Amino acid sequence: MTDSKLLSVEDLHVTYNTPTGLVRAVSGVSFELGREKLGIVGESGSGKSQTGRAILGLTATGGTVSASRLEFKGTNLLNASERTMRQIRGGGISMIMQDPKYSLNPVMTVGYQIEEALLVHNRTSKRVARERTYEMLRAVKIREPERVYRAYPHEVSGGMGQRIMIAMMMIPEPDIIIADEPTSALDVTVQLQVLAVLDDMISERGMGLIFISHDLNLIASFCDRILIMYDGRVVEECSAAELDQAQHPYTQGLVNCLPRLDGGQDELPVLKRDPSWLTTPGATR
Amino acid sequence: MALQSKLANILGVLTSLLLTFIGLTAITFVIGRMMPADPVLAIVGDRASQEVYDQVYLQLGLDKPVYIQYLRYLEQLVEGDLGTSIMTAQPVLDDIIRFFPATLELATVATLLGIFVGIPMGVLAAVHQGRWPDHIVRVISLIGYSAPIFWLGMVGLLVFYANLGWVAGPGRLDVFYDGIVEPVTGVLMIDAAMSGEWDIFYNALSHLVLPATILGTFALAYIARMTRSFMLDQLSQEYILTARVKGMPEYKVIWGHAFRNVLVQLITIIGLTYASLLEGSVLTETVFSWPGIGQYITNSLFNNDMNAVLGGTIVVGACFVGINMLSDLLYRLVDPRIR
Amino acid sequence: MSTEATLRGWLLAEIPKSKWQARCQRVFIGWLDFKRNPIAMIGLLIIVGLVTVAALAPWITTSNGLELHLADRLKPPSSEHWFGTDELGRDIFDRIIWGSRITLYIVALVTIIVVPIGLLIGTVAGYMGGWVDTVLMRLTDIFLAFPRLILAMALVAVLGRGLENAVLAIALTTWSPFARIARAEALTIRNSEFILAAQMQGISTVGILARHVTPLCMSSVIVRLTLDMAGIILTAAGLGFLGLGAQPPTPEWGAMISLGRQYLIDQWWVPTIPGIAILVVSLGFNLLGDGLRDVFDPKSGN
Repeated sequence: MTDSKLLSVEDLHVTYNTPTGLVRAVSGVSFELGREKLGIVGESGSGKSQTGRAILGLTATGGTVSASRLEFKGTNLLNASERTMRQIRGGGISMIMQDPKYSLNPVMTVGYQIEEALLVHNRTSKRVARERTYEMLRAVKIREPERVYRAYPHEVSGGMGQRIMIAMMMIPEPDIIIADEPTSALDVTVQLQVLAVLDDMISERGMGLIFISHDLNLIASFCDRILIMYDGRVVEECSAAELDQAQHPYTQGLVNCLPRLDGGQDELPVLKRDPSWLTTPGATR
Repeated sequence: MALQSKLANILGVLTSLLLTFIGLTAITFVIGRMMPADPVLAIVGDRASQEVYDQVYLQLGLDKPVYIQYLRYLEQLVEGDLGTSIMTAQPVLDDIIRFFPATLELATVATLLGIFVGIPMGVLAAVHQGRWPDHIVRVISLIGYSAPIFWLGMVGLLVFYANLGWVAGPGRLDVFYDGIVEPVTGVLMIDAAMSGEWDIFYNALSHLVLPATILGTFALAYIARMTRSFMLDQLSQEYILTARVKGMPEYKVIWGHAFRNVLVQLITIIGLTYASLLEGSVLTETVFSWPGIGQYITNSLFNNDMNAVLGGTIVVGACFVGINMLSDLLYRLVDPRIR
Repeated sequence: MSTEATLRGWLLAEIPKSKWQARCQRVFIGWLDFKRNPIAMIGLLIIVGLVTVAALAPWITTSNGLELHLADRLKPPSSEHWFGTDELGRDIFDRIIWGSRITLYIVALVTIIVVPIGLLIGTVAGYMGGWVDTVLMRLTDIFLAFPRLILAMALVAVLGRGLENAVLAIALTTWSPFARIARAEALTIRNSEFILAAQMQGISTVGILARHVTPLCMSSVIVRLTLDMAGIILTAAGLGFLGLGAQPPTPEWGAMISLGRQYLIDQWWVPTIPGIAILVVSLGFNLLGDGLRDVFDPKSGN
């Protein structure tokens, strides 16, 4: 499954100092990532997005990140210089965000933004950059790269916008891509298209993927391994195939919430939340 | 397709401009008709005979119904006839053309100051929100637009002219140099530079520095405050995170990404600032004895020269409206989101 | 002690028992919010200080600021005359205190004129829509597009100099933004269900506008008014400086600066101190306005 570990995370904590007290967004998360698809599932506020940001060193101001280990391909991300981090961002680890309406700069053309992503990490001529951009747009199944190149973000549809996002984040050839709710803002039919594009590119390049979502079904079908997060900590870690054998009550609750084709459920089960989950240590595997 | 709707947009703005301008003229017309002084007497003097009075009365069209008078007024405006000044016995328009460049000079330099100092200040404050650069910028800009500008001018004169002697005093030029330079553009510094009279150039500059800085402080305060506000807004947007994820250096994120979005909004702000400086200079000109249109209107007012006052009001009002519309137009052309 | 506790309890109760209580609760919570902003509190302090000083004027001052004492003219600040004396020997401190009344008078007068007109035009335009809206908004735009000071000057030229005329002139140039705000609010709620209910009850348009639409505009209008008040005071001072406002010997601060101008170099306190007073009051309104805006509409700007 994994020949080399790309990313090692051990005991990650992200805390915010707010006027109303200390907020622990992430409390002791540990996992490893190789060239595989890892899914992180949780509700809003479970800390899944914060984990992704912390890895990239882009936690919002006011937040403190600490961990006993945070390594990417041998580089310690905790005490890396800003310069090193900038090289890693985009070139080593990249991130796709939820809604291209907001995550793309509205006053710049699509082509310019994609080229920018490339030129930050590779010194090539503008002509070569443009060619690579067209290539990338074709790779994400956009049929008229020249037209889209000149377009502005508000002129493209949601699905196309996400594919542009993917192109932009893949063009500097990172090893890991973090996808933070990449399909949550899209229609169901478009979701599948975008996921297919993402899947192709990841397999082609042998990349590692961290897929963050609240949709357990989606992650179960898309990813190899799954991490379940609740209130800032990992409560379960298992492979996608073995999801129904989950041990933690929260995971079982989530699985029970999934609609089944064979029916047999009269009432929608309500997720039980046990405060003891917050104190028992981490993953149950 | 996009071009067609953009043209329609522009047409809409121009129509708006026209209507507003007409409204402006209506207001000045009403004010003019409200004045207590008898316009006929103002022309013929109070010892004229009844026939002369009647003649002039007819000449001025005062016997006609109001709306015809208004149309006549509009006609005159279009021809550039703003009446004759009682003080100078010249056509008001000529007077205004003579005085306007001085005000323009002042307002332009002040706006440039506001832009080149105010914008970086605003960006600095936004980037360092909550820390001391932010506090300093906020205090400066708060004082800048809370202070009465004429008072600021006076204090400036007291400190920098009377006590420190760093700049020249009131007036546009030392009396010594008056009338030497041929007025080509009306802007003294350009004219002096063009004819190679460098003494005069520096003298004009030293006279310009203080009033422009005072006026500029007001512009700077407003621009810095708005820039800060816009930048804070943009810096919290998702695309900024995207730019950082791409690995861009921070200065590029701030200026290349965030600021680009702010620039569009700043166009409107700069337009507003320039327009309000045109009228803000009324007070500054009084303090610094600067021979611009503000002085002109004020003096005419004290001499009950109503033609001059109203003429000046219309011209400044028209500029005001024009500048605001221009910046509105520019905004629509520049922002790719407006279709 | 216990009355304070019960009052607080009443104000923070989960479920208000009357409309009056609910309203008081809203104000109280807004006040708590406001208190957290130190800068806004400074603004409030300044304005409260202004009102207090104006109210207590007869007791704080030693003279009425109008009588001449030519023997004492142009004296520098001292323990006897805290701000010195002006060119006619009048105590400047006293004149500033009396002048605060004039400042408040201007504030009150402008508010009384501008708010009703703005609300009326704005709510009618927003609620009625159609050509009424277009015409009224065109009118508003025209006044909005006019340079404030210049128009005020032209009006004063026609109406004659004096404080009331100056205030009227200022009011005519500042009502526009309020009409716009009122219109925006009216447009938003025009199609709400409670308006529909009121219409079905048979309440006249006037009734709806007065009792349902207008109260909802009030918070935005108040914030805008406070923010604009600084500018209004500056414009009034400007007119006073040009000699178009209050006439001597009235101790209006702008006029005081103008009269003292010739003594700027050697007796700096005569024109400078009234300017400081204007600065402080203007600052107060700006800070207060900022604070109010943060309470009512926290997502803007800061």
